[in-house]
Amino acid sequence: MTMSEPLSVIAPDGATNGYDPGLSEAELLHCYRTMLRVRAFDEICLKLQRSGRIGFSIPNLGIEGTQVGAASAFEKSDWLFPSYRDFGMALYHGITPLEMMHNMYGNAQDTAKGRQMPVHFSFDKPIRFVSISSPIGTHIPQAVGAAYASKLRGEDTVMLASFGDGGTSSLGFHSGLNFAGVWKAPVVFLCQNNGWAISCPVEEQTSSDGFAIKAEAYGMPGVVVDGNDVLAVRKTMLEAVERARSGGGPTLVECKTFRMGGHSTSDDPSRYVPAEQREEWEKKDPVLRFERFLEASGMWKAKDKEPMYSEALDEMSAAASEAEAVPKPGLESIFTDVYAELPPHLRRQGQELFELGKRKGDAAAGDGEFPL
Amino acid sequence: MANLTLLQALNDGMKTAMRQDDSVVLFGEDVGLRGGVFLTTEGIQQEFGSERCFDTPLSEDGIVGAAIGMAMNGLRPIAEIQFQDFIFPGFDQIVSEAAKLRYRSGSQYTCPLVIRTPYGGGIRGGLYHSQSGEAYFCHTAGLKVVIPSTPHDAKGLLIASIEDPDPVLFLEPKALYRSVKGEVPEGHYTVDLTTIREVRPGKDVTVFCYGAMVPIAAKAAEQAAEKGIEVNVLDLRTLLPLDEDGVLEYAKRTGRVVVVHEAPRFCGFGGEISAIIAENAIEYMEAPIARVTGFDTPFPNTLEHHYLPDDRRVLDAIEHVHAF
Repeated sequence: MTMSEPLSVIAPDGATNGYDPGLSEAELLHCYRTMLRVRAFDEICLKLQRSGRIGFSIPNLGIEGTQVGAASAFEKSDWLFPSYRDFGMALYHGITPLEMMHNMYGNAQDTAKGRQMPVHFSFDKPIRFVSISSPIGTHIPQAVGAAYASKLRGEDTVMLASFGDGGTSSLGFHSGLNFAGVWKAPVVFLCQNNGWAISCPVEEQTSSDGFAIKAEAYGMPGVVVDGNDVLAVRKTMLEAVERARSGGGPTLVECKTFRMGGHSTSDDPSRYVPAEQREEWEKKDPVLRFERFLEASGMWKAKDKEPMYSEALDEMSAAASEAEAVPKPGLESIFTDVYAELPPHLRRQGQELFELGKRKGDAAAGDGEFPL
Repeated sequence: MANLTLLQALNDGMKTAMRQDDSVVLFGEDVGLRGGVFLTTEGIQQEFGSERCFDTPLSEDGIVGAAIGMAMNGLRPIAEIQFQDFIFPGFDQIVSEAAKLRYRSGSQYTCPLVIRTPYGGGIRGGLYHSQSGEAYFCHTAGLKVVIPSTPHDAKGLLIASIEDPDPVLFLEPKALYRSVKGEVPEGHYTVDLTTIREVRPGKDVTVFCYGAMVPIAAKAAEQAAEKGIEVNVLDLRTLLPLDEDGVLEYAKRTGRVVVVHEAPRFCGFGGEISAIIAENAIEYMEAPIARVTGFDTPFPNTLEHHYLPDDRRVLDAIEHVHAF
């Protein structure tokens, strides 16, 4: 059931051995551009963080192939339950950099109204990119429950639960996969094995032979795929999505990849990642890998890269500037959305806060007002 | 009207809600074929089928986590946790997820679910079948915490909880499952999740209580009446969000307050009631507020009747604040 050698499609010379990804040239270039845009978003956010304009970011360098390959297997009617290192999936499906930057700044137009740390996105169109929380693995049984709901109504929606190698040690991984196996739920579990859970290497996370093998104990197929090969990820995920959509139940897909940046902007991976490991993975860069395929297929030339990447950087910079100009959320946003209706005790606490600002004449504290 | 036990009223409430709305589903450990270890869900799988009422693997994290996903995606799940003592593997899902989903997504994603679970002592269940953990949950913004004490309220509050747009932890006083009976209207009705129920009027002393402590407090009030002390007994019913104005109004009427709960005292719900009164109505108080509670120990087995507040302890507190 489990393959120990990761599946790959794109050979070193860019050939695909006859595999047809089933995507038009425009769609393949969209995949490529999305990978560059992930990289550009990262680069701009790192600069914003280092210059103190945003508080935090999560680098995605090195895992763009996994994100884009996986995202390409889902329809807009499907739901993505992402981890905090998955925003390439959002970009792929048409969520705009501006919507994402509103969250990075925690401004008044942020869907989470500035309540969450940056990178904890929540979007519901054009695809369900479900609100991200920081605890690890909690979203896994939720994706299974959402899948049950769709199945009960006879819909063919498929859910994605995406997590890292560290997530496989969480309570939610076990309960989620166990429930999904028992319920034959239409869900795909994507384990992005990027080698490190912050500073904990895979060998200290599990003694099993990788992660896909764990699927067997939950009664579902487990597949290992080269996560830096966007087409291999797409191929594997499409098969898993199709299985789920046609009533065949869940699949665990393990993408072997590598996080070439830190866990977050607060992390310095050079303190724990051996230099030779990083160098080895740099040679497997998913963007370079995909370029070889595109070039061999005559869709792309090396000279195209620089203008495409600088266009992506401009797009991200422009989004950042626009988001930076949006005011902070009003003070009332502390108290709203706790419940559907504002209960009296929260109204009272809010009024006390607003009135304190007025009484002390503290304009910097901001204003608040509850809608009547 | 039918004369039902609290357990039968809950069963009737679930069936009523499930007849009314196809999106209501019910699941947990042993709730299907067996009808629950207390038989609260008896007959529901038979009536609604195993797609809407089913057993789950033995994982509270999975039960609550899956319920959240269902609630996000259009269902109205009722998740049963077999005993409140076993809820803690699901605590992360309740506190970090269900309670915060609306807030952290700006209401893009919401979580209209009910987690039903039997709580409290009185069945000789020892440490792990007797606890009252409401305080852990009342500290959580975004959650509602509801505890019925009569068959009428059990059905009406449960249906209101199922129809509520936010996550509700519905704590069932298992000691009352079969020990109280009362008139329960047939069909659909709700008891709103914002008001205190006046169990007994009285001008001398105010007693706030909930769940299994309500009949205890009522019994103590009867004994007090024989001694000429008129006790106003109030059933809080919804602990979160609490009807704070109601608490203050009733507290001011007598100026003498006793709070009764079986959970431990330290950081217990009685501390919150006392603080609300102290902050807002201390000038009305004629006596220090008294708390009659479980002790700050784990829950004992053989001597549980000494751990649980009884009418003797409640009456003692009533007399104390009355005489002050």
